[in-house]
Amino acid sequence: MLQERIVITGIGLTSPLGNNLESFREKLLAGVSGVSTFPVRNMGNQPAGVCDFEQTKYQKRKEVRIGTRAGGIGIYCAHEALANAGLSLAELDPSQVGVYLGITEHGNVETETEVCQLFDHYSEEVKYWSHHHNPRTVANNPAGEITINLGLTGPHYTVGAACAAGNAGIIQGVQMLSLGECDLALAGGVSESIRAYGIFAGFKSQGALATHEDPTKASRPFDRGRNGIVVSEGGCIYVLERLNDAVKRGANIIAEILGYRINSDGTDYVLPNPERQEQCIRQALDRAEIDASMVDLVSSHATATPQGDEQECKALRNVFSEETKTLINNTKSFIGHSMGAAGALELAGNIPSFIDGTAHGTINLDDLDPSCALPGLVMNEAQQKKGGINIILNNSFGMLGINSVLILKKFVG
Amino acid sequence: MNKDKIKQIVLDIIAEIAPDEDLSDVKPEIRLRDQLDLDSMDFLDIVMELRKQHGIDVPEAEYRELESLESCGNYLLPKFEAGAAA
Repeated sequence: MLQERIVITGIGLTSPLGNNLESFREKLLAGVSGVSTFPVRNMGNQPAGVCDFEQTKYQKRKEVRIGTRAGGIGIYCAHEALANAGLSLAELDPSQVGVYLGITEHGNVETETEVCQLFDHYSEEVKYWSHHHNPRTVANNPAGEITINLGLTGPHYTVGAACAAGNAGIIQGVQMLSLGECDLALAGGVSESIRAYGIFAGFKSQGALATHEDPTKASRPFDRGRNGIVVSEGGCIYVLERLNDAVKRGANIIAEILGYRINSDGTDYVLPNPERQEQCIRQALDRAEIDASMVDLVSSHATATPQGDEQECKALRNVFSEETKTLINNTKSFIGHSMGAAGALELAGNIPSFIDGTAHGTINLDDLDPSCALPGLVMNEAQQKKGGINIILNNSFGMLGINSVLILKKFVG
Repeated sequence: MNKDKIKQIVLDIIAEIAPDEDLSDVKPEIRLRDQLDLDSMDFLDIVMELRKQHGIDVPEAEYRELESLESCGNYLLPKFEAGAAA
């Protein structure tokens, strides 16, 4: 059990499937893909998840020009999360708000842009290098831009955790609330990854970049025809509060954080380790003081790489079985891999299942890979869970062997 | 090239770097910072755009010469003329 009961009271997001939870959830239940294409330097149009939120809704045009895409995504999500929590800036003590964002990477976009500009137009003369480059590329940039935009004066930083970052940002917020470092946390993850061609090129060199003539079919976790990752941008920020504070202010409590765990494979730069993933899941269950049969829904991490999916399935198969009656789905099949935002965004898309008792499907599963044939896998169509959905377990794993598991519980007052 | 054209060039750059500003009534003799929301990073942007778009270098010691449209016209005219003659 956590030292302090922490609850979610607001959610703000932008995804390739919509710019708020309602529209995102609607498309997930309808089985609609949000993957399109994006022009990538030196690589042509690539399947990608692209967001279309209105960037000047909360930022001046000058802020958009000076800031980063990740910062803009963070600012949009932070405003939307606060509004969703029924909070206005005027009623917050800005010194008691903490901002904790997970990032897979940051700075690649800006550095690539500067280097390419120098090579393409300015004969590599460094006097043309932008004075905005350093504030744009410091690792705390996306979280810092939120504090500047909102005038927040509490702690802010990012948590670098590869593709486990979305969960890691939320976990950081939970910990800081428990320690009393803030009274309200804006916590989650962001990704601007589609704007860095090196990310696409890197996955391609690894043999892990998805290709398909129809971009909506390119992201196909667990399918025999899967051939890699669809890179996406996006963001999701939660308003987290201590339960007592949330109750005191009469907040609408969306869910409670029941437990979490982050561990390390300690084995390889890229290849996942199912034993450590299983251990991470089991330790999160122990901390939440529940057993696997109490988990109604697992939001899987699977990215649609041939080996990664199989490894996660090994870990899941060892914990969950026919007997646990746990449903398992995958959001990347809809929106691709939104990197630093993935864990937070995929969890958000599943949170409404606490109310409607329905697990969204895993699309593009035309030919299930037998090695990924998990009991409880929700294929293609959304599925109602008998007895409703009361506990969600969210997997989010990343390179260098970082595993994260977050467990949420439906809040009953 | 003349001073009025240079003032317009500077105004066009400001329109790019400070897109939220109303530039319809900028007073040439008043400091730009006293009538527009511009900070030191914005002035670095003006210096950078003069360099990128017009090949004009403004040494750091002379940044003050860009404080108003009028001073920009006076200071930059010989630089533009030298550039045209080169």
